Amino acid sequence: MADTALQYWNVGEDVSVRDAFGRILVHQAEARSDWVLLDADVAGGTGAKPLVTEHPDRVMQFGIAEQNMMAAAGGVADTGLIPVVSTFGAFGCMRAHEQFRTAIAYPERNAKLCCSHIGLDVGPDGATAQMLEDLATMRAIPGVTVVSPADANEFMKAFPAILDHEGPVYMRIGRSPTPVVFGADYEFEIGKATRVRHGSDVTVIATGVMVARALEAAETLAGEGVSVRVVNMATIKPIDVAEVVAAAAETKGIVTAEDHNIFGGLGSAVAECTAQHYPAKIKFVGVDDTFGKSGEHDELPAMFGIDAKAIFTACKKLV
Amino acid sequence: MADLKEIANTIRINCLKAIHAGRSGHPGGSLSIADMLAVLYFDEMNVDPGRPDWNERDRFILSKGHACPSLYVALAQRGYFPMDDALKLRKIDGFAEGHPDMRMPGIDAPSGSLGMGLSQGLGMALGARHQGLGFRTHVILGDGDMQEGNTWEAIMSAGHKKMDSLVAIYDSNKLQGDAPVSTQLNMGDVGAKVATFGWHVVYVDGHDVDVLKTALAEARATKNQPTFIVADTIKGKGVSFMEGVLFWHGSVTMTDDQLTNSLRELNHG
Ligand SMILES: Cc1ncc(C[n+]2csc(CCOP(=O)(O)OP(=O)(O)O)c2C)c(N)n1
Ligand SMILES: [Mg+2]
Repeated sequence: MADTALQYWNVGEDVSVRDAFGRILVHQAEARSDWVLLDADVAGGTGAKPLVTEHPDRVMQFGIAEQNMMAAAGGVADTGLIPVVSTFGAFGCMRAHEQFRTAIAYPERNAKLCCSHIGLDVGPDGATAQMLEDLATMRAIPGVTVVSPADANEFMKAFPAILDHEGPVYMRIGRSPTPVVFGADYEFEIGKATRVRHGSDVTVIATGVMVARALEAAETLAGEGVSVRVVNMATIKPIDVAEVVAAAAETKGIVTAEDHNIFGGLGSAVAECTAQHYPAKIKFVGVDDTFGKSGEHDELPAMFGIDAKAIFTACKKLV
Repeated sequence: MADLKEIANTIRINCLKAIHAGRSGHPGGSLSIADMLAVLYFDEMNVDPGRPDWNERDRFILSKGHACPSLYVALAQRGYFPMDDALKLRKIDGFAEGHPDMRMPGIDAPSGSLGMGLSQGLGMALGARHQGLGFRTHVILGDGDMQEGNTWEAIMSAGHKKMDSLVAIYDSNKLQGDAPVSTQLNMGDVGAKVATFGWHVVYVDGHDVDVLKTALAEARATKNQPTFIVADTIKGKGVSFMEGVLFWHGSVTMTDDQLTNSLRELNHG
């Protein structure tokens, strides 16, 4: 398969998922002709620039007009071509939210939305660009698959999978350099969580940049004799019910960890799941219902309580 | 009032100092609005830096919020807060956010997501009319604002409602984020289009403070129509290596040398 030509990053390396987006776009442009990228003057920011440079014929440019782009994507999908819409989270998941809902999700069109600039991970641009509500807004739309990869390698595995998946998908693209957790041999499957660390006292269910932070917290807790299971929940919807139930049944409680508002995202999805299938104690690590602010991507997590220390503290409360 | 050209030059100098200190920001589009800000804040607008929340003040909205470094330093120069607060750009312990935030004294509207400024300005003008308040509202728009459908909804509405206290200044600097406007999404003669929605349209050199002053006076004298000023500008204006160069749109980190070279030019400008 074309996959052999694809270069993955080494585990432990700090890589921006945006770089993975550019790399996999070029790779998939060469591997298949059934999709096009729709951009709104932000390819330089989302990471899609390499595709624009190397395969400009695969890009439809809309200028700074996201609502038009999103509704047009519905039309493009109608012709049998898969539109991969890409912009910043705030503009794709909120500005053009209703266009996504009505022109894409409602008619069950086969379109993909990949957004960068999500969470506090955005850093210095500040609150308007720090999309902390995307998992909530996208998850609330019927029939939409919501994916939030933990690192650059997982993103590169997930991208062909979402192209192959028939129907509307939203996927997050991280921005700041984030430690690579998954090796080149990792197998991604939509709807399937991965246990990235085994443990029996408490489970951290994390997504995106929080997976590496959860692993860091688990390591510290191991030093204190606390055994922490870490689960990477890369698909927020449909959530992996069996994995959540296993955490609820086999460990003393669950800590959810996300770079997102504590309302409506991963924590909510896990709580909905345990409430219905296996009631459990849950602590939510996320942004506590507030807007973000400017600051470096590595100093904001401590200020807003979404760093490894916050996960550590939440775990301690459950054991 | 000090010389407006001098004030605009000082805005440019402080703006680049702030972007350098912030280690990221958008120099190109910040430099292209320096002359407009000088005329608005130091000549045209009725504001009181000691009372930033005074309800009868003239309003200002920077719809192209990424150009805020120039606005922050203009507010500091006008006396809203110490310059050091403006220079503490994009820092975790400051209030000079990456995009305008209302916690900063003198900021009348949040922005950063393009295309929402003119509607907020329309709302302020409507609120003024409804309550019999005499203040005026000014909104600076960029190419990106003009490409957003939201702006055209505001244009239709403000023309229809004959909002003569509302002024839009379009910073037509020919470049957008990743490419020239002409290749990314060419809009043709924007002024002509806006005129068909009932606006009074004026074309000016956006770097000539006297011409800008006259245009704003003309807007004040215009009744039953909002005014749209098409400001012909150069992105990066004032720094030779930034003028018309896409790279300097942002968000970029300025090196010490780049700052020194820019300031040398501006200090002799
Ligand atoms: C709704 C929205 N879409 C995209 C962006 C990302 N963005 C920030 S600045 C910019 C380019 C803006 O070009 P222009 O308005 O011409 O700015 P100027 O040349 O005046 O700096 C883009 C695409 C944004 N801030 N808001
Ligand atoms: Mg422009």
